[in-house]
Amino acid sequence: MADTENRVKEIIVEQLGVDPAEVVPGASFVNDLGADSLDTVELVMAFEEEFGLEIPDEEAEKIQTVGNAIEYINTHASKAEK
Amino acid sequence: MKKRIVITGLGVVSPIGSEKDEFVNALKEGKSGISLIEHFDTTDFSTKIAGTVKDFSQSKYEKYLDRKKFKRMARFAQIGFVAACMAIEDSKLDLSKEDLSRVSVVTGTGMGGLRVMEEEVEALLTKGPKRVSPFLIPMIISNILPGEIAIKYGFSGPNYTTTSACSSSNHAIGDAIKILQFDEADVVVSGGVESVISPLGMAGFCSMKALSQRNDDPQKASRPFDKDRDGFVMGEGSGMFVLETLERAKSRGATIYGELIGFGSSDDAYHITAPEPEGRGAAAAMEAAIKSAGISKDEVDYINAHGTSTGLNDKTETLAIKKVFGDKAYKIPISSTKSMTGHLLGGAAGVELAAILLSMRDGFIHPTINYQTPDPDCDLDYVPNKARQQKFNTAISNSLGFGGHNTAIIVKRYVD
Repeated sequence: MADTENRVKEIIVEQLGVDPAEVVPGASFVNDLGADSLDTVELVMAFEEEFGLEIPDEEAEKIQTVGNAIEYINTHASKAEK
Repeated sequence: MKKRIVITGLGVVSPIGSEKDEFVNALKEGKSGISLIEHFDTTDFSTKIAGTVKDFSQSKYEKYLDRKKFKRMARFAQIGFVAACMAIEDSKLDLSKEDLSRVSVVTGTGMGGLRVMEEEVEALLTKGPKRVSPFLIPMIISNILPGEIAIKYGFSGPNYTTTSACSSSNHAIGDAIKILQFDEADVVVSGGVESVISPLGMAGFCSMKALSQRNDDPQKASRPFDKDRDGFVMGEGSGMFVLETLERAKSRGATIYGELIGFGSSDDAYHITAPEPEGRGAAAAMEAAIKSAGISKDEVDYINAHGTSTGLNDKTETLAIKKVFGDKAYKIPISSTKSMTGHLLGGAAGVELAAILLSMRDGFIHPTINYQTPDPDCDLDYVPNKARQQKFNTAISNSLGFGGHNTAIIVKRYVD
């Protein structure tokens, strides 16, 4: 679990060029971390790549915060990889 | 009456220097910026050398580009962006007092984000379409650069990119002049950039047999007008400028690097890559530029040649210069910046205009380096190997591109 969280945070720091300290579970990609619509698409792609997932578009739209991402991955990546 | 258009800001990022002083000293010393390519494996490439911009990183230019912005730009855009920021800073424009809707950005780029395209094609082929980055398109399009500059500064005037291969920068500056003449803007940020020293870019030019293969002696490989020239050396970099009317520049007490007095362009209408053998197209561009400047040919006292170091270019450009200037051609000093920087393709005319303006300011004519063996087809004064302490007042800068695109720009020392 902690490992997933760290990997998610690392991806976000890398993709959005933000300070790791800002990447807290409640942080919204768009409102708090400066992401635009293209950034969020790329973030989801990076999560898919890292955790061997396929995140459907309608699910991807719901991943709006760091916490949403960690939760989604913890739930869905259990079979593929952890 | 035509307005007088002057250059009041200059930024340059090049293989021979990315600060004005470093760049101008390299021109005076005749320093080569060519070296072995180190950023990818060139084992299977017939050409393994290029003029790369050294020490170019986000941390070096963090005052212009934050980490995220830098990552979201292809290298051509990063380099062009930094040069444009330098030019704007250099102009000392007080942007808080400007009407930003009257600031235009027109830049020249022949290709765009080729390396990004290569990486994403690889993703497409190995991982499938769902792994292609959403940033692919905005990163590869050449016009993203003026768009990014507009976003940074809020410049909302006319904004686009000109693409005409190796003439791209000259076309951009030509358009910038027209934008000011037609009063579409008060200030234009213009110039150009290219950066395609990537596996695909190199492979493409290698297959055309356009590149020098003097891999064992990189600094001697770019040898325009020399009999033993064997092709051009690819370079990367950018020259960017701030243009405005003389009246405006004077009213704000700006430093004036020079006056843009003429522009001309033409097309060979002959072949996709080879120049028309008599140099008629290149001559037509020079004639048009001289006519638009309203000067006599006798006034031209320096030519910054396209001078690529290919067999055909240097021969036909020489013919074109003779066609325009007749016997006087033998008396005009001609030099090729590309002997030092390599060929910056769409960015060439930008960096070459910077070379002209700074050498005009400092009273010298930079050399064509690596000139050792005279070629009977190239028998003009190419200012071989050593800079000349010589003042010049009116310079023509030629750029001739694949597609037959010929351009000539005329810049004059500013006198009130």
